[in-house]
Amino acid sequence: MPFARTVRDAGAMNVIEVSDLTKRYGDRAAVDGVSFSVEEGEIFGILGPNGAGKTTTVESIAGLRTPDSGTIRVLGLDPHRDRQRLRTLVGVQLQESELPDRMTVREALELFASFYDNPADPHTLMDELGLGEKRDTAYRHLSGGQKQRLSIALALVGQPRIAVLDELSTGLDPQARRDTWDLIESIRRRGVTVLLVTHLMEEAERLADRVAVFRDGRVIALDTPAGVVSLVEPEQRLRFRPSAPIEDRLLTDLPEVRSVQRAGQTLVVTGTGNLIGAVTATLARHEVIANDLRIEQASLDDAYLALTGNRPARFAKELS
Amino acid sequence: MKEMRTLIAIEAKLLFRDPITWLAAIALPSVVLLIFGSVFSPEPDPALGGQRWIDLFVPSLLVITLGTLGIQTLPIRLASYREKGVLRRLSTTPAHPARLLIAQLVIYGVTSVIALVLLIAVGHVAFAIPLPRDPLGYLVAFLLGMTSLFAIGLLLAAVAPSNRAATSIAIPMFFVVMFLGGVYLPRVMLPDVLRRIGDFTPPGVQGLQDAWLGTAPQLAPLLGMAIVTVVLGALAVRTFRWE
Repeated sequence: MPFARTVRDAGAMNVIEVSDLTKRYGDRAAVDGVSFSVEEGEIFGILGPNGAGKTTTVESIAGLRTPDSGTIRVLGLDPHRDRQRLRTLVGVQLQESELPDRMTVREALELFASFYDNPADPHTLMDELGLGEKRDTAYRHLSGGQKQRLSIALALVGQPRIAVLDELSTGLDPQARRDTWDLIESIRRRGVTVLLVTHLMEEAERLADRVAVFRDGRVIALDTPAGVVSLVEPEQRLRFRPSAPIEDRLLTDLPEVRSVQRAGQTLVVTGTGNLIGAVTATLARHEVIANDLRIEQASLDDAYLALTGNRPARFAKELS
Repeated sequence: MKEMRTLIAIEAKLLFRDPITWLAAIALPSVVLLIFGSVFSPEPDPALGGQRWIDLFVPSLLVITLGTLGIQTLPIRLASYREKGVLRRLSTTPAHPARLLIAQLVIYGVTSVIALVLLIAVGHVAFAIPLPRDPLGYLVAFLLGMTSLFAIGLLLAAVAPSNRAATSIAIPMFFVVMFLGGVYLPRVMLPDVLRRIGDFTPPGVQGLQDAWLGTAPQLAPLLGMAIVTVVLGALAVRTFRWE
């Protein structure tokens, strides 16, 4: 489904402003001096590995947790002090939050609609989210994707100005995940600002206008998805079988080389810049031939993993 | 108001879809009455002041319904809502926790009244047990007895962190309430001390018994039930946690 990215002009209003947010659990700072702002109408991604402070941050924004220090403004309101007012303006989809087993889709939507003064029509919402045929199905008989769609519907039934969606595609199969993504794009077309929490780079790249990358309770990058990727110097990896033994030090001394690893007889050399030229020149000087030489380039996932401090798990694009 | 109505309607439907719970709550006192009534002597007993044994037993039977709904179904259901994140989810909406608790009370209250009406009718038709002779006194004793037990259940629901915790407290508590209420052993057979304790522990069976047999229920136990209701009920709402 094609969609037009909204043009963000300089005068766009910030609907969420977080500054210097800190939240501790015991000695550990789950969130440590986080600041960012979200403009009206954008899909803002909060990206990072598990335990990076994403959920604590959005739960503080939703008023579910009280920060230890720092300020949060959501539509100009304090989520803690003005919690009752904000609950009508922010729709929240939580991780691991279920409904009673025997409650049907229609009942859940009608119940949640009754909490608001000016709710969306439950029947229209069911049709829009592809739940029309499941309206009389009990919650426990819904598939994972249907439960997730119902959960999104419940977050939208109060006609919120901001929707907070936490890890909504976790545990879904690829098709259900893609359907959910289409859905989020359609939410944005309604003019709802979306705060999207995810640990999937692919999801953030596909949906978000901007992302904040979290690591150890801090924001380590805040940019468009493409901007975040470009922050990481493209890394290359050479994989070859040397025709004669060669000392690691000869390679690690090269400025282009970041690391050398051995997997059996195969050497894996990671680095940047003119890596292949530097390595092959060194090998040639020592009369070693690089057998089965392959060059691999880092993918977007690797950029994300590099930023969040994990070793690249896989190289998607292989050049031989 | 609309929210309250919708909550009650949907919670009632959820209970209705769980037939074991509501059938047991409504029918069990009458079934027990039919079984015991046909086993034991229907003759008046001079040792019981010329009353039939069953006349004294029947007011205790309602404790089965009130105990099942108030001390088991109510706290275990709310604890499972908490465990599954249903309550947490509700806390992100403008819904008020007190309304959810009130909806539960209304539904279980109505179920208890149905069980009571059935019990009175079955006793009257099958064993010619007279209708409560002091209807107003009986209604007061019934309502206070019910709300005091429900307040205990609410407090349990408010503080129990999980389904398992709620269940492990609710089951023994249920047996104590049933025992002191004279369901397992008719209260006339209990030692004096236990019977006196039973007068003052929810739901205050002596008051139900007195009103049924014609004397106005004593004030002190009724007051006790009222205090339990207000204090524990308020404590439950204050300590209620969404998570």
